[in-house]
Amino acid sequence: MDKGFSPVGLRVLVVDDDPTWLKILEKMLKKCSYEVTTCGLAREALRLLRERKDGYDIVISDVNMPDMDGFKLLEHVGLELDLPVIMMSVDGETKRVMKGVQHGACDYLLKPIRMKELKIIWQHVLRKKLQEVRDIEGCCYEGGADWFTRNDETHYLGGGEDVSFGKKRKEFDFEKKLLQDESDPSSSSSKKARVVWSFELHQKFVNAVNQIGCDHKAGPKKILDLMNVPWLTRENVASHLQKYRLYLSRLEKGKELKCYSGGVKNIDSPPKDSEFSSGHQSPGKNSYGFSGGSSLIHKAETDPKQLASSSVSDPSDVHMPPKAKKSRIEFDPPISSSCAFESLLPWSDVPDPLESKPTILYESSFLQQQPLLPSQSPYVANSAPTLMQDEMKPSYETCVNADAFLMPQDKNSTVMILQDLALPTPYAMKLQEASSNVTNDTESILRSLNWELPESHHSGFIDTDLDFSWIQNEHFLANTSGNFQNFQFQDYSCSPSLLSELPPHLWFGNDPDECTLMVDHGLFIS
Amino acid sequence: MGKCMQGYLDEQFMELEELQDDVNPNFVEEVATLYFKDSARLINSIDQALERGSFDFNRLDNYMHQFKGSSTSIGASKVKTECTMFREYCRMGNAEGCLRTFQQVKKEHATLRKKLEHYFQLARQAGPKETARRSK
Repeated sequence: MDKGFSPVGLRVLVVDDDPTWLKILEKMLKKCSYEVTTCGLAREALRLLRERKDGYDIVISDVNMPDMDGFKLLEHVGLELDLPVIMMSVDGETKRVMKGVQHGACDYLLKPIRMKELKIIWQHVLRKKLQEVRDIEGCCYEGGADWFTRNDETHYLGGGEDVSFGKKRKEFDFEKKLLQDESDPSSSSSKKARVVWSFELHQKFVNAVNQIGCDHKAGPKKILDLMNVPWLTRENVASHLQKYRLYLSRLEKGKELKCYSGGVKNIDSPPKDSEFSSGHQSPGKNSYGFSGGSSLIHKAETDPKQLASSSVSDPSDVHMPPKAKKSRIEFDPPISSSCAFESLLPWSDVPDPLESKPTILYESSFLQQQPLLPSQSPYVANSAPTLMQDEMKPSYETCVNADAFLMPQDKNSTVMILQDLALPTPYAMKLQEASSNVTNDTESILRSLNWELPESHHSGFIDTDLDFSWIQNEHFLANTSGNFQNFQFQDYSCSPSLLSELPPHLWFGNDPDECTLMVDHGLFIS
Repeated sequence: MGKCMQGYLDEQFMELEELQDDVNPNFVEEVATLYFKDSARLINSIDQALERGSFDFNRLDNYMHQFKGSSTSIGASKVKTECTMFREYCRMGNAEGCLRTFQQVKKEHATLRKKLEHYFQLARQAGPKETARRSK
């Protein structure tokens, strides 16, 4: 948008099972100089959207579709892709409209639709983009001076923080900036304070989210209130929530990701699995409550372990998990808690994160075969075995986050291992190697993941003692070897117990010095 | 549009005519053709559902909702009116009312079809310029 946003060429995806309307809308949208793609089925639409993650700017969908409820489609799109969605219907009943808004629709049009209504839909796209920018910038403000964060921001923002991106947000940001600059003369806008999301803090967050339940209305304010952390701001929560949602969506996507490298698939039931199960709590597996029960989930168990071992085996090598572009390790977290997600995230698309996403290290379980990042973050071999297990659980597919995790800079063995995930055999071997270096696991793993464990936590394993914190935004980006690109935050309204089920150690903190973890962009692994 | 069309089509039809251009010179007729093809299918489904006699009002309402939505696309106002009435009867669970109204729906639908066929025929005979003039 900085480049000058123009409505011309706006990429619109129109979804309507009525062929007559589809034709008419297509013509109308073309007359608005938009780039139009039509679709008669909701599933098809989702497929298209997932196929080309950044291929569309906005989605217009009818509420009544034969294969899927329009509202469901809306949820999916919102969660997975965070695209603005406009609902349409011939039915203008208030409660229907309200439902649309509740599900996240940015507008609700009544049929017959007029040209003038379509001519302004680009505003939704622009607005959303601006919100994203503000969000990212907003993170930077968080963690500032205590007195600053203690500002009753939640109060200021009042309710409706969910859809607060608007004037309120703008004012808020401005005020924040003012305050920050005032309070810390040395701080420039480029140097932003960060909130360190320790494990405990994240747990609180997750608990709060779960408490709110699987309704998309879990907004930052509500979460903040439930968390009851005095110094935390709504802003902090909002940005964390965004990341979390992104993470969850990635997990979901991963579940559906079918195109994992062959090895990954095989990982599903590898015998090695047992070798690596180092007493890690199994919640990990199901920690990602993706009820979708996608394949990812199935694989999660084995994958994490394997990955963990592999990363463990070669602490020195591992800097960054290999960044396999499209190969993700599917972890199917056999999480049962994914209530909300289950219904919400039937994604089948494999995101293409690698190139565009920052390497956010989410637990080691995100061993995604991603290209190795050049960054040399130390590996936090946090209890690799345990880590792996738990972490692996989430069917995380290497969504960016995973990449972040294991991003061996070079093709060290770890990387190799990871990269070889496609090949069960080599992988197995690696795992073997990995498992042998348990002592340094924790550190090396974490290091490889670009996460640094707090000093207090050393080898051993990841457990609640570990206090991972992650540093968001810039720091992370700065450290990474620039492989990261801005994430597009996804907006998940609800994050069911995914995180809560994950063992604490899944949270990695990032040492400011070398933080490569971009909390902002990554997935949260809890 | 002509007096014969009065009441049968609302401003939506005019909107469609406005959309017609050099890129799609037969846009309106194409849309109308599409509508009648799709709506015939829906009418069929409703017919069958009614014939079954089981009167699943939810289902009938659903069909009619689609049909109504479709009818708004070309501005078929009379058809729309009958659709609304049908849905009302569905909500009330009035089978008799549904049957009666549905007959009306079909009647209006058939009438509109004839009128439009005639309309497009004239338009083709008149030529593109003539059509533009007439539609304005």
